[in-house]
Amino acid sequence: MVDYMNPLTYIPILLVVLAPIIGGLLMGIDRKLTARMQNRMGPPIIQPFYDAIKLWGKEPFIASRLQPVLAFGYFGFSVAAFALLAFGQDMLLMIFTVAAADLCLVASAFNSKSPYSNIGARRELLAMMAYEPVMMLVAVSIFFVTGSFMVSAVLQNATPLLTLLPLVVIAMVPVLVVDMKKSPWDVSTSSHAHQELVRGVYTEFSGYTLALVELGHWTKLALMMGFISLFWAPNLIVGAALAFALFFAVLVIDNSYPRLDWRSMVKNTWMLGFLLVIANIVGLVARAVIMA
Amino acid sequence: MKTMTKARLKSPWVLHFDCGSCNGCDIEILAALTPKFDVERFGIVNIGDPKQSDVLLVTGPANKRNQRVLKNLYDQMPQPKAVIAIGECACTGAMFHNCPNTLGGVDKVIPVDVYVPGCAARPESIIDGVVLALAKLQKVSEGEKVN
Repeated sequence: MVDYMNPLTYIPILLVVLAPIIGGLLMGIDRKLTARMQNRMGPPIIQPFYDAIKLWGKEPFIASRLQPVLAFGYFGFSVAAFALLAFGQDMLLMIFTVAAADLCLVASAFNSKSPYSNIGARRELLAMMAYEPVMMLVAVSIFFVTGSFMVSAVLQNATPLLTLLPLVVIAMVPVLVVDMKKSPWDVSTSSHAHQELVRGVYTEFSGYTLALVELGHWTKLALMMGFISLFWAPNLIVGAALAFALFFAVLVIDNSYPRLDWRSMVKNTWMLGFLLVIANIVGLVARAVIMA
Repeated sequence: MKTMTKARLKSPWVLHFDCGSCNGCDIEILAALTPKFDVERFGIVNIGDPKQSDVLLVTGPANKRNQRVLKNLYDQMPQPKAVIAIGECACTGAMFHNCPNTLGGVDKVIPVDVYVPGCAARPESIIDGVVLALAKLQKVSEGEKVN
């Protein structure tokens, strides 16, 4: 029975409402830190919000009738995935909901004649292929510890997951690089000045549809950060620090590597991801056998 | 100031089009993105997609060969937008005056809001030009009729 009088009941709802704002602030911190790493001043931390508000007020250029629906779908599914995490629901369902959000983006990009948009969409599909199986294996490795795919089971776990699954956390770094669209694997689109496919998968978005896609991207970033926070589960403040450490690692990688092609993306995320996660699961099982 | 106007002034994304310039002005535009001038601190991003940009930077004289491309790029930019002609050639045609293949300044093809003279225009004056274009965006955003 849900206790409606207890203020703690409303924390997940508050988190879902705040998720795009947290993600937007993280994007602002990302741009500031990147600028400092390049010996620049960088924009203010709330710059992403200026961008999104401005985009919302631009004249709408709609590429196809389906495009606004799919842009809302990308944002909606991202928020739904975050809600599943915040309410302590199934991790596999959360990963599938993220995939649904990405499919909205890809379908919208395919739904135009622009070759840039089409190639960007194909590369976005490859990016999904690169990181989704690793995310799935990460969920499986958490299952080996808690005996459940539920996020709530992780929150009730007494020992932090990081102590049992250190290799899994390292496997999350390439996943995060691909998901945040950072060098060396920002193949589908890039937020930086080195344009290759104009704007790749984002090419045909403009005005409020682009603002929605940006909001969806921020929510997904907040989701990934929240998911990584679970690795220090009972104490989520330390977990958030862990998530920020991985975020910082991704920025360092972004600023030290040039862009590589999609082959290296799939090969490296799979090799690193599969090897590290499976090695960790084997270690867990071996430990359980020895203890028994 | 209204939130929307403020957001527009804080986030001008630029599109850069070379209309046949000698690359002198283009190099100066790109110099403005480097750590020394760092235009990103004003929220200026070189976006490269006409559908997502607010300010069009044109270098070089308008000519018969690519006036169609220039017009097309201008039409693909959603309102509110501003155009900056950078360098002597883009402002007036300059040394290409009376050449049979050129039309003169960029304003022969599309309406120009700000002229940044110089051969080549310096990064400081280009940044000044973008700031002047922002004044136009502010007027449009506040509902005044411009041009």
